[in-house]
Amino acid sequence: MLMNLFKFKGGVKPPTNKTQSLTLPIAQAPLPSRLIVPLHQSIGGMPQPVVQAGDKVLKGQLIGEADGWISSAVHAPTSGTVLEVAMHVQPHPSGLDAMCVVIEPDGKDEWITRETLDYKALKPEEVRERLQQAGVVGLGGAVFPTHGKLTASKTVEMEEMVINGAECEPFITCDDLLMRERAEEVVRGIGIFRDLLQPKKVLIGIEDNKPEAAAAMRAAVDALGESFLVVPVPTLYPAGGAKQLIRVLTGKEVPASKRSTDLGVQCFNVATAYTAWRAIAHGEPVVSRLVTLTGNVGEPRNYEVLIGTPMDELLALAGPKPDTDGIVMGGPMMGFMVPNGSAPVVKATNCLIAHSTKLFPPKAPEMPCIRCGSCAEACPHELQPFEMYWFSRAKNFGKTQEYHIFDCIECGCCSFVCPSRIPLVQYFRFAKSEIWAREREKKAADTAKTRFEFKQLREEREKAEKAEKLAKAAAAQAAKKAAEAAAAAAVSAESAGTEQAASVASTEAPTQTVAVDAEKEAKKAAIAAAMARAKAQREAVQPKNTEALTAAQQHAIDDIESRRSVLAPESQDAAAPGSEKAE
Amino acid sequence: MMFAPAPYLLKDVSVSKVMTQVCLALLPGIAAYVWLIGPAILIQLLLASLTALLAEGLMLRLQGKPLGLFLADGSAIVTAWLIALAFPPLAPWWLIVTGTAFAIVVAKQLYGGLGQNPFNPAMIAFAVCIVAFPALMSQWPPAGLDASFIEQCKVIFGFSPRLDALSGATPLDAMKTGLKLAEGTSSVSHLMANSEIYGQLAGRGWEWVATGYLIGGLWMWHRKLISWHVPTAFIGAILAISGALWVYDPSQFASPIFHLLSGGSMLGAFFIATDPVSGCTTPRGKLIFAAGAGLLAYIIRVFGGYPDGVAFAVLLLNLCAPVIDLLTQPAIFGMKDKS
Ligand code: SF4
Ligand code: SF4
Repeated sequence: MLMNLFKFKGGVKPPTNKTQSLTLPIAQAPLPSRLIVPLHQSIGGMPQPVVQAGDKVLKGQLIGEADGWISSAVHAPTSGTVLEVAMHVQPHPSGLDAMCVVIEPDGKDEWITRETLDYKALKPEEVRERLQQAGVVGLGGAVFPTHGKLTASKTVEMEEMVINGAECEPFITCDDLLMRERAEEVVRGIGIFRDLLQPKKVLIGIEDNKPEAAAAMRAAVDALGESFLVVPVPTLYPAGGAKQLIRVLTGKEVPASKRSTDLGVQCFNVATAYTAWRAIAHGEPVVSRLVTLTGNVGEPRNYEVLIGTPMDELLALAGPKPDTDGIVMGGPMMGFMVPNGSAPVVKATNCLIAHSTKLFPPKAPEMPCIRCGSCAEACPHELQPFEMYWFSRAKNFGKTQEYHIFDCIECGCCSFVCPSRIPLVQYFRFAKSEIWAREREKKAADTAKTRFEFKQLREEREKAEKAEKLAKAAAAQAAKKAAEAAAAAAVSAESAGTEQAASVASTEAPTQTVAVDAEKEAKKAAIAAAMARAKAQREAVQPKNTEALTAAQQHAIDDIESRRSVLAPESQDAAAPGSEKAE
Repeated sequence: MMFAPAPYLLKDVSVSKVMTQVCLALLPGIAAYVWLIGPAILIQLLLASLTALLAEGLMLRLQGKPLGLFLADGSAIVTAWLIALAFPPLAPWWLIVTGTAFAIVVAKQLYGGLGQNPFNPAMIAFAVCIVAFPALMSQWPPAGLDASFIEQCKVIFGFSPRLDALSGATPLDAMKTGLKLAEGTSSVSHLMANSEIYGQLAGRGWEWVATGYLIGGLWMWHRKLISWHVPTAFIGAILAISGALWVYDPSQFASPIFHLLSGGSMLGAFFIATDPVSGCTTPRGKLIFAAGAGLLAYIIRVFGGYPDGVAFAVLLLNLCAPVIDLLTQPAIFGMKDKS
């Protein structure tokens, strides 16, 4: 099968060091003395423990419940007793502890009842649900919950599904052996993904230094009558980076700002497909994975290892040499030294390398950058690492972002080639974490600001309401006064028996006239009060120099206003005759 | 140690290895030089190297930087060698010492040392000396110089009067003054007939030195120490402008081959304009930088007041390098359609 392959720019060719761990088949690692299972083993929400100290558990029993859609369940790797649910050191560069369920195996390795299922009879949601409940996550190292990637985009058609069997990191061979020994189940797992996403094409990328794996996969594809393409890709680090593999197989470049589904591609690791098949068809949640033990050891080999196995106990199987001075989890390009040998194997653990200074000589001292450009040439994301380095060093983080620091996948190619031995990736991690920290701070500050502004707004509204209440009270008072005044006027008019009153309402009784007048006065007062209220309202929202009034002052002002509003109609009445005169 | 960051595997490279290879690449040119003029150039190389190491050591000591680490990086030696090869081989010893010391102390260390200098230190040395001592800097021995090593040493160290017989102008300079003095009455072919100076293609013998640099340069390209951009653009620019003017008036403008094989063209194309520290770093930036330098070098050597223009051209472009870099940032992975 001939296929047009694309190239990605950059990349490096470190010595692969893979043959050491390829000589023997996969072995089953024995039960360890204790299993320390971290609850948080995938990207997303922190699973909640559903067991407690003293509980008896069976192999595959749920011990941590998925927390939200992007989260994945965690299960007991073997049968035994829960010793405690406690904090324990994690295989993470930070060296921080996390909540773990510690299980003492009973040696029986007794499974829960496993349901075998024909997934084709299930609805897609049910399949996704089952994958989540079985703890299926990306086993290439990213540990993204797999069910979260299995919903096809509604707007973009799914063109290609890329299956990652490239395994480009030196030393690691677990995917290679998985494909060699369990190709059929891998292909069946890919079938599940294919049925959920309905891509037009399924491309299985395998670096061309693994011909046996490619042959096994091809045979399995043919045997199962699938139409998947097994494509050997050139051996070049990091050809196994999801974005690089997508580029090589489809020619599409997925930038950091986009998801691959936006471009109609989705990528899964071969080991993920394998566990998905075990979970759906055999009802086995993810309780173990393949781990390569290699490096400074006597017998490098791949093992099927229970999640939670302490690393030093596991590494002992391969016979680390006496000068071993640490354990690297992952490959030598992107892995990290585990803070402590008692850290457990997790779903992201694909390889443990016994570290020694003979194997990995300490770095030469860091020299100044000579702008040779080797790093830029090696960068698969076509970044300018030396510029990002310069600005990271100068703590000019804005500039690092202008040079697209967040597109850096931390593959280490730049550090690998730098003649000045500058640990470039370390600078980029530092810059990224600083930027995140600042974003967080800024967000916190923003929330505080909104909270403050809201408080201010509330206070002003309360003030306005108070002013309105006062104005209403004043208006009522004014109306009362006006009514009294009108009554008084009516009395005097009656006693005087003026023609005016008679002429105004010759047919009406004088008392009636008085009543009408009083009504008018009250109306006027009410209007004046409303005006005062509106003014008070306006003043309440507009900044003004009379803002800091005491209640007494405010009262005095209101009094004056109400008095004025009473006077106003009188002065109008007084003016009216004058104007008549003038005419 | 426990938390040393990835990658744990590293390529077997270092600054001193890079610099050593640059020095190795200069060897064919140096060999041609020795064959052409005699071993005096070796004295100059030695003088420049010692001066550079001393000056660098002194400056490092003053700044409290680790001496061994930085002296061993080899960058001072490369600068020293470029100076020795750019200066007239029989220049008095103090000239090369002054030039080298200035390059290291002022043009390199005062700007912050390795990797920090905005200008090519060797070209600064050349420019400063040609401005300060124009006569000494333009006296080149004719090829096939008939003077023993002892005699040459005597000239360099000032024990013997400067022999007029031992010095003259470079073919480039001779061509320019020849054409100028004759005021249009003489022609390139007429001048070139004087094979005493001009040899077959360019300057007599100098064509072999240039070829030596070319070989070294191609080797560096093969070793990926330099990319193709700078030499191609530099040579291309000289070819283009000299070719155009030569076609326009072959009697007044020398052929492109003459310009490529004389003066500092080849040294400039492969060893000077390729200096990563003071040059451009983006692929398009390198092309612009080198083409600009080539063009300017030609203009200065043909129309300007100096016998050769490579040094000034490179320095002027050094000035523009940061801006060129900024304007030629390549699109990154996944963002090509946007820009
Ligand atoms: S490889 Fe190292 S020395 Fe070269 S430009 Fe990059 S950071 Fe600078
Ligand atoms: S670590 Fe980042 S900057 Fe360095 S080569 Fe990889 S992607 Fe490029």
